[in-house]
Amino acid sequence: MPTKVHVQTRINGEEIDFLCEPRQSLLEVLRDELGLTGSKEGCNNGNCGACSVLLDGVLVDSCLVLAVEVAGREVTTIEGIAGTNGLHPLQQKFLEHAALQCGICTPGFIVAAKALLDKKPQPTEHDVRHWLAGNLCRCTGYDKIIRAVLDAAKAMEAKV
Amino acid sequence: MEEGGEHLQAFDYATPRSVEEAVSLLAERGDEARVLAGGTDIIVQVREGRRRVALLVDVKHIAELNQLTYDAAAGLVIGAAVPCYKIYGQSDIAAAYPGLIDAVSLVGGIQIQGRATVGGNLCNASPAADTIPALIVHEAICIIAGPNGRRDVPVEQFCTAPGRTTLQRGEFLVALRIPAPKPNSGAAYLRFIPRNEMDIAVVGAGASVVLDQARNSFTAARIALGAVAPTPLLVESAAAALVGQPVSDEVIQRAAEAAQAAARPIDDMRGTAEYRRHLVGVLTRRALRGAIQRAKER
Amino acid sequence: MAETMEKTSYKVVGTRPIRHDGVDKVTGRAIYGGDVRLTGMLHGKVLRSPHAHARIRAIDVSRALALPGVRAVVTGKDLPPAEDRVVNLGEAAVNLKYLSENVLAGDKVLYRGHAVAAVAATSPHIAEEALSLIQVDYEVLPPVLDVREAMKDSAILLHENLKTKSLGEQTDKQSNIATHNQFKLGDPAKGFAEADVVIEREFTTATVHQGYIETHNATALWNADGRLTVWESTQGAFTVQRQLSAVLQLPVSNIRVIPAEIGGGFGGKINIYLEPVAALLSKKTGRPVKIVMNRQEVFEGTGPTPGSYIRVKMGASKDGRITAAQAYMAYEAGAFPGSPIGAGMMCIFAPYDIPNVQIDGFDVVVNKPKTAPYRAPGATNAAFASETVVDEIAEKLGMDPLQFRLKNAAKEGTRRADGPTYPRIGYVETVEAALNSDHYRTPLEGVNVGRGVASGFWFNVGFQSSVTINVNADGTCTLVEGSTDIGGTRTSIAMQAAEVLGLPAEDVHPLVADTDAVGFTDVTGGSRTTFATGYAAIEAANEVVRQMRERAARIWKVEPQDVTFADGVFHNAKDASAHLTFKEVAAQLGRTGGPVVGSATVAPRGVGGAFATHIVDLQVDPETGKVTILRYTAVQDAGKAVHPSYVEGQMQGGAVQGIGWALNEEYFYNDTGTMANASFLDYRMPTSLDLPMIDTIIVEVPNPGHPFGVRGVGEVPIVPPVAAIANAIYRAVGVRMRHAPMSPGHIAMEVLAKGK
Repeated sequence: MPTKVHVQTRINGEEIDFLCEPRQSLLEVLRDELGLTGSKEGCNNGNCGACSVLLDGVLVDSCLVLAVEVAGREVTTIEGIAGTNGLHPLQQKFLEHAALQCGICTPGFIVAAKALLDKKPQPTEHDVRHWLAGNLCRCTGYDKIIRAVLDAAKAMEAKV
Repeated sequence: MEEGGEHLQAFDYATPRSVEEAVSLLAERGDEARVLAGGTDIIVQVREGRRRVALLVDVKHIAELNQLTYDAAAGLVIGAAVPCYKIYGQSDIAAAYPGLIDAVSLVGGIQIQGRATVGGNLCNASPAADTIPALIVHEAICIIAGPNGRRDVPVEQFCTAPGRTTLQRGEFLVALRIPAPKPNSGAAYLRFIPRNEMDIAVVGAGASVVLDQARNSFTAARIALGAVAPTPLLVESAAAALVGQPVSDEVIQRAAEAAQAAARPIDDMRGTAEYRRHLVGVLTRRALRGAIQRAKER
Repeated sequence: MAETMEKTSYKVVGTRPIRHDGVDKVTGRAIYGGDVRLTGMLHGKVLRSPHAHARIRAIDVSRALALPGVRAVVTGKDLPPAEDRVVNLGEAAVNLKYLSENVLAGDKVLYRGHAVAAVAATSPHIAEEALSLIQVDYEVLPPVLDVREAMKDSAILLHENLKTKSLGEQTDKQSNIATHNQFKLGDPAKGFAEADVVIEREFTTATVHQGYIETHNATALWNADGRLTVWESTQGAFTVQRQLSAVLQLPVSNIRVIPAEIGGGFGGKINIYLEPVAALLSKKTGRPVKIVMNRQEVFEGTGPTPGSYIRVKMGASKDGRITAAQAYMAYEAGAFPGSPIGAGMMCIFAPYDIPNVQIDGFDVVVNKPKTAPYRAPGATNAAFASETVVDEIAEKLGMDPLQFRLKNAAKEGTRRADGPTYPRIGYVETVEAALNSDHYRTPLEGVNVGRGVASGFWFNVGFQSSVTINVNADGTCTLVEGSTDIGGTRTSIAMQAAEVLGLPAEDVHPLVADTDAVGFTDVTGGSRTTFATGYAAIEAANEVVRQMRERAARIWKVEPQDVTFADGVFHNAKDASAHLTFKEVAAQLGRTGGPVVGSATVAPRGVGGAFATHIVDLQVDPETGKVTILRYTAVQDAGKAVHPSYVEGQMQGGAVQGIGWALNEEYFYNDTGTMANASFLDYRMPTSLDLPMIDTIIVEVPNPGHPFGVRGVGEVPIVPPVAAIANAIYRAVGVRMRHAPMSPGHIAMEVLAKGK
């Protein structure tokens, strides 16, 4: 039986610890050990973005991070995007713009878009398309997703 | 009888805190140990059974590998564990080395750039790696640590075959050193991919030029190609076609033809040899024009 | 039969409410098949053939069974023997032996990725390790990898017992050609003789995958009482139930399929793959077993759409009338017969009124995965061929390509080559809308730019749906339906009920239920869900209204015929001042007779076809062959758009899949029959950076076969893009591409060749 490592980390603002083998990805541990199934496995090799999370605020594919690597770090998943006051503007705008059809890619897009807006609050359409090129969607053709992100940026600027 | 194929074997994980500790681990375990920096190549390879590892040595906790320093006189030092996003995120580096940033910002997409490192891209030694032609034309030096101490290797000598490097048992890449940009110099890296992001280069071309004071002839040049040989290529014959010549379409074309002649592309699912050779000409011209433009603007 | 509502102004239909399942989906709470977790669950993995064609001499699972943590292993021998006969699964007739052998190979493997054995273990890693310990003795055979090669008399045969069925007659000829069908109308030879312009062209298309982001999954529990329950992402819980019943030889009543949310399907999640395997492993272990495919398995072990060879010949008079059309179409079925050649044949010339037509179609097996439907299956390949020939003819005649289409447009009463005459259809309206669009009226400027147009047709289906509506005490309703929701349909269905009930959309709560909880409902596919399940919702709502009128009558002590209902309010014909809202009646159900539950089942026939016309502007880099899409407009007749945002979404999504198909997507096979690019790295689907906004124009020519005029919208948007892009590339750089995908290397080489 391979030896397990005890990892202590912070996920969505909470101290979490777990046991895992070094070969287990962060995605695997989130979904299978911690019950955080919002991050999805679409390809397991960094080509679809469905597993996107923030690691110390940086957008990454959790399938390409080993769970052991997040010891002492800060992880944000889709489950941590909505605040205590309700949905994040991105989530709200995705709903208003019908920016999801099957919804499997949606958590990855919302996490990725949040990382963009954290860094660049007023992106252009090109900025958004470039930033989100690592997130595949097969249902929407991206049109409504891009509109939702741009609209969320506007809404967030209005609030500031 | 055939057995059922590859699977992801269990491996151990170590987090050395110093270069010496890392060298010691790598020397002890030899071929069954690999360095882990960003993980965007090695994790996939191990998972798909293309590399067998018993130990991953995570070098991200070694301070020297995380350094990113730029000085207008001394140049740039990129620690081997520095992720791409940090490099293009630093405005003084981005302003001084746009040709390098061309490549660093092309590796995968944003999620990949959040983890992937230039050091790892180099050590993975894919013939199609995006950063390597750019490093070559920037005259990068590889700083290697090993059981016998440190050594420097010019980056164009670092890759020896697809997936293989000059690193010996116990050695690993600590940093890359890139000279300060010379006056009237410019560099650019371009690649051809079928989509607009996320693809492996079908062909990559890097060019750096130094122009004379009047900025209408070449005093120095470097041309490097990716994805058209077992390793990224420094094409000295293409540079020779430029040095001392005026900046003109005919001269650029001669360099492009030299690059095409030096290329040894293969047919694979990403492109035929014929198409790749054609693209070498196209991209060399475009990379050169980009480099010249930047040299004129500096 | 439809009670025509004769409505032209709607309160709910045509609005854009937030979808009912939206919050769960944007917060990561929604449970998809891969998220299912059960107590005591084991993890399964499937061993797949590395060879495209081989006989299995022996399988030794002993070392796998001995690995600690492994609880069971199954092979094809664990499936009940399947007879070589056709079984009726409701909406499709399939050969039981083929269905069973595709799940777990019998004595032969017929494609690389063909499932051979499976393991259940306490962790997915142990299961994977166990696979590597299973030893299979293969006798490797040469693979057949090209449709035309497979059709030759000298070709190696995949199935000893496969004999061609030709023009309806079973022959004795052993062949890889499973069927040859033909549609004929009029006298094509005469029609060609009359033509002033005749063009004949050949086309080939590569194998393409649906590319849904969620991989296949199934969790099965074969309980001690002999009941099998399966949780999974599927386009049709009842369809799965029937297939499982046939393959496992278990009565349908012993099988319960519980659909989770589904992460995309496009036709690829209708056939069973993992379910019987998980079920057998569960039977052997007495525990639930979950199997999830990885991306490579999806490419190699599920059902892409056919590669094909198509030859189209078309003749037209100099005044622009098509006089004859002919097509020879050979589709790769993959390892077992059953490509969508019939659908391709139906659609190929469908937008046009052509008096003389002959279409010959061939269903051909090759050593590739068994094909499965992919959004308007067969029609995109067909339109690539026919719509580029139409473009060439229009150009030769000096006519605008849209005007040419208008001149030859199919209308109500036009006879199609496969037999039916069209009811009221909206093809002409889509062409006119395209002609009048801002896109088409805007001149295209720049170098190496081109504009292309193409049209497409999909017949849509009706099939069966059941809906039950329960009235809640607070005046809201719960709507129970069986159509898994891939694109927002639970809301479109709820909206149709809400329209009838006079309630806001938010007050009808849709629930997608399992096979024990709702009446039989066919797949979410075939562009049928908003149409047919919506129809059932309307009928169920009508029944609720009927019962509620009775309750109002009881409250007012009048007869039910004295109670009218409009805009959510009941009125008493005997007392003009008396009225009760739906909510007020709902509050009194207990006192007036008990709960109100309305059910309906439908099998509507009047589906009405769907037509689309697309316009694309693009730029070609002639040195690299790279295509940049500059502008795209999809025009489509939706009949009546229930939720316009989700109709637009179907149009945009289908258009973009077509763009990927046109520019980059293909299975790269080497000569051993191995897919070299079984990953999203090299199976290149469009990213957000590869596209502009996709503009949509919804045309509404109401379908007389649905109370609100709804036509299915999901599939036709993928039909025109490949041809539209081919036509635009021609106008940009002067080369006619006849192989899809039109990837940069091919375009660059054609441009270079043209320049010489």
